[in-house]
Amino acid sequence: MKTPDDELKTLADQEYKWGFVTDIDSDTIPKGLSEEVVRLISLKKGEPPWMLDFRLKAYRHWLTLVEPRWAHLDYPPVDYQDAHYYSAPKPKKKLASLDEVDPELLETFGKLGIPLSEQKMLAGVAVDAVFDSVSVATTFKEKLSEEGIIFCSFSEAIREHPDLVRKYMGSVVPYTDNFFAALNAAVFTDGSFCYIPKGVRCPMELSTYFRINQAQTGQFERTLLVADEGSSVSYLEGCTAPMRDENQLHAAVVELIAFDDAKIKYSTIQNWYPGDKEGKGGIYNFVTKRGACRGRNSHISWTQVETGSAITWKYPGCILLGDNSVGEFYSVALTNHHQQADTGTKMIHIGKNTRSTIVSKGISAGRGQNSYRGLVQIMKGATGARNFSQCDSMLIGDRCGAHTFPYIDVRNSSATVEHEASTTKIGEDQLFYCNQRGIDLEDAVGMIVNGFCKEVFRELPMEFAVEAQKLLNVSLEGSVG
Amino acid sequence: MARTAVVKGKIPPWASNHAEISRRRLGNGSTWFDPVREEALRRFEALGLPTTRREEYRFTNLAPLGRVDFRRAEGVKAPIETERIEKLLFGDRAAVELVFVNGVLDEALSSRGDLADGAVVMPLSTAIRERREGVEEHLGRHIGMETNFFAALNTAILDDGLFLHLPDRCILEKPVHVLFHTTTVDQPIAGHPRNLLIANRGSAAVVIESYAGEGETPYWTNAATEAVVGEGSRLTHYKQQLESENAFHISALDVTQSASSRFVTFSISFGASIARSDIRIDLDGEAIESDMNGLFLARGDQHVDHHTTMNHAGPRCESREFYKGILAGRAKGVFTGRIVVCKDAQKTNAFQANRNLLLSDDAAIHTQPQLEILADDVKCSHGATVGRLDEEALFYFRSRGIDPEEAEKMLIGAFAGEVVEKIDLPLLRERVAALVSARLAGGATGKETA
Repeated sequence: MKTPDDELKTLADQEYKWGFVTDIDSDTIPKGLSEEVVRLISLKKGEPPWMLDFRLKAYRHWLTLVEPRWAHLDYPPVDYQDAHYYSAPKPKKKLASLDEVDPELLETFGKLGIPLSEQKMLAGVAVDAVFDSVSVATTFKEKLSEEGIIFCSFSEAIREHPDLVRKYMGSVVPYTDNFFAALNAAVFTDGSFCYIPKGVRCPMELSTYFRINQAQTGQFERTLLVADEGSSVSYLEGCTAPMRDENQLHAAVVELIAFDDAKIKYSTIQNWYPGDKEGKGGIYNFVTKRGACRGRNSHISWTQVETGSAITWKYPGCILLGDNSVGEFYSVALTNHHQQADTGTKMIHIGKNTRSTIVSKGISAGRGQNSYRGLVQIMKGATGARNFSQCDSMLIGDRCGAHTFPYIDVRNSSATVEHEASTTKIGEDQLFYCNQRGIDLEDAVGMIVNGFCKEVFRELPMEFAVEAQKLLNVSLEGSVG
Repeated sequence: MARTAVVKGKIPPWASNHAEISRRRLGNGSTWFDPVREEALRRFEALGLPTTRREEYRFTNLAPLGRVDFRRAEGVKAPIETERIEKLLFGDRAAVELVFVNGVLDEALSSRGDLADGAVVMPLSTAIRERREGVEEHLGRHIGMETNFFAALNTAILDDGLFLHLPDRCILEKPVHVLFHTTTVDQPIAGHPRNLLIANRGSAAVVIESYAGEGETPYWTNAATEAVVGEGSRLTHYKQQLESENAFHISALDVTQSASSRFVTFSISFGASIARSDIRIDLDGEAIESDMNGLFLARGDQHVDHHTTMNHAGPRCESREFYKGILAGRAKGVFTGRIVVCKDAQKTNAFQANRNLLLSDDAAIHTQPQLEILADDVKCSHGATVGRLDEEALFYFRSRGIDPEEAEKMLIGAFAGEVVEKIDLPLLRERVAALVSARLAGGATGKETA
């Protein structure tokens, strides 16, 4: 009879399911990073001078910075000259309809389950599909524009809505923010831009699928989402990447801005290639995400499910500037094999009666290292601020690690801050109980882990919740001793 | 793990004079200690006074310490405030009481009662001179000199302090008390008291360390204690920090516990303008129990920082950490509590709680409870809270005719009480409780403009 261990080993050894490489001609500029490359990117994208200016300022600032090494991560130094900074599927001609899109590309999206064809009408999802770095197709645009919503690629926004972009770009994450934000500002190739006008409730869930395709191309996405007074929007971001042996660098920037009474819900599923069982390859994911609650009663909610990438360095945060604004962070981070994650959130309470909730679930299996690193800061004027944080870790196997590094700074006596953290493993008796009732080990582990993460999955939009559960089962099952 | 190298600190004005003293002490007395002293001196000179660029000192700016030209405390003659000191003594309720005034043992104030057979309690300087046994094996071997500038400095200078040695199965009924008192002098002085506590197999003792002083002139106490808790032994350690509010107090406590031992420590921190304590306990064996408790109360412009590490190296150990802080005026509190569970430390139970009370809008607290866990079969948790007095509780008191000030005092007293009542020594418990009330009466609450 197969012992549970063997069975789990088989499961744990499961290879990355989404590893396929789409063969399309790519327009790639040579490896390396210099002022020339920055100019070239800007030129290739036909950008206005102010944009080039922004990039160059960022690049020059980047040169003065050193890569941060304070995270609980262990990886060889990244050679920033050894990557391509621009890669776009070759534009054959301007696309008039979906039929003209490269069939191979469509097939890729099909495999990823992106409803780019008619079915997506039923799915009710507008997809701005970013294939490598250039937006290839944008759907549902008409319907959205009826409501006055702008949802387009970043390059298009630079062309069509320069005033909005200039006004908000870099206002939440300035290029001086950190090493990776500066790098992104200098070389970002595309991304998504979204503007919800006053009082509009976005009628559908907006979604972008990022996908790194070209080997050795750093993916530098930039997302800017502005929700004007009284509006609300739910935004989904999901990622899968093909299998590659060399580490690929990814340094995205996401900026969210919510004005009075606006609500933004930003959900992410990150399932990039985590490297093989020996820890070879995999994506380096260094992301800067931040939301600013600028108005009264504004609300920003981050939900993330991080199962991929060899290295994850990501701290989505909220600046709670407006009175009564609310920030939320719900996270599931899973590390298996040799994956490492250092992730968490920052909640900066500035306005009165601001509230924040942090729920973080870390799961470590194999030789995975999982760290929660967070900051809750209550500034002097944040009278009546309230925070609740809960960070739970689950360890599966005896060679993984779970770490918690919360920072709590309180400068106002009327604030109430609570932080709790716990670490446990899947109990043998829990597994035995399930086995005894005819549930096999694989399902039992899946059930227990999904139960552990329930508080976070509950926050995900429906389709995502289902996908997240499946993803978790695939990436984690196994490794139970 | 990838860690940034230690950021080099500043060279303070007193560095050269301290290094010189350290060099002079080389070969003076016991040559066996020279290599340790030399190493400490090297680390002291290499590290430099830590700046806020070092993560461990991010919230504690020690620059003021680098602006004062401290002289060595030892030998500075000053009138002794016998009355003030006597209030802090335990007299015949302690087995042995050693009193150091400005770094020098005061025989008149010290007292020696009956000791159990074989137990040794003496000034560390005497122990270094007269006996190698125990001292050589442990002195300077447990303290984290590699990264701790102050511990390295203390070891390089090594003033006097308490040496306690308990042979196998030796049990001390009464506590051992050591008091370091700094008297008023007209120039800034620095002292580097050092204690070494060794409890061999199956022994038991209670040790109280007290630090006090007064005066307007700033002075600096840089204390270090090493404790070795042998197999099956039991050591309870209290530290009272009652320095003058113009003083700097830096201290290190490094404990190594062997299998089945139990160690309990309390850090009671009320004094000093800047107080910083580094506490590290290594659970180096199986089935160890360890308790770390702390209570800090700061007002005015006081700054109090505790940096604790509970290092679980052996399996089946249990540790509990409980720290409470009360901050009034413009006081600032820092708490970093790290629990490390090593790969082989299976079946570990580790708990940590840090609760803080902010009594004023100008007070601030930085708390970082941290877990680093590398074993899977463990139960670990930590919790941190920050808040102010419960308005409903205050209202309840008022509705029963108790005036708000009294109500506040009672509530704060009860908050502190959770730590105070854990003190197992009735006399000390009463004294600490009295100190808390005295502080509150002295206007620890936010209303007073300290």
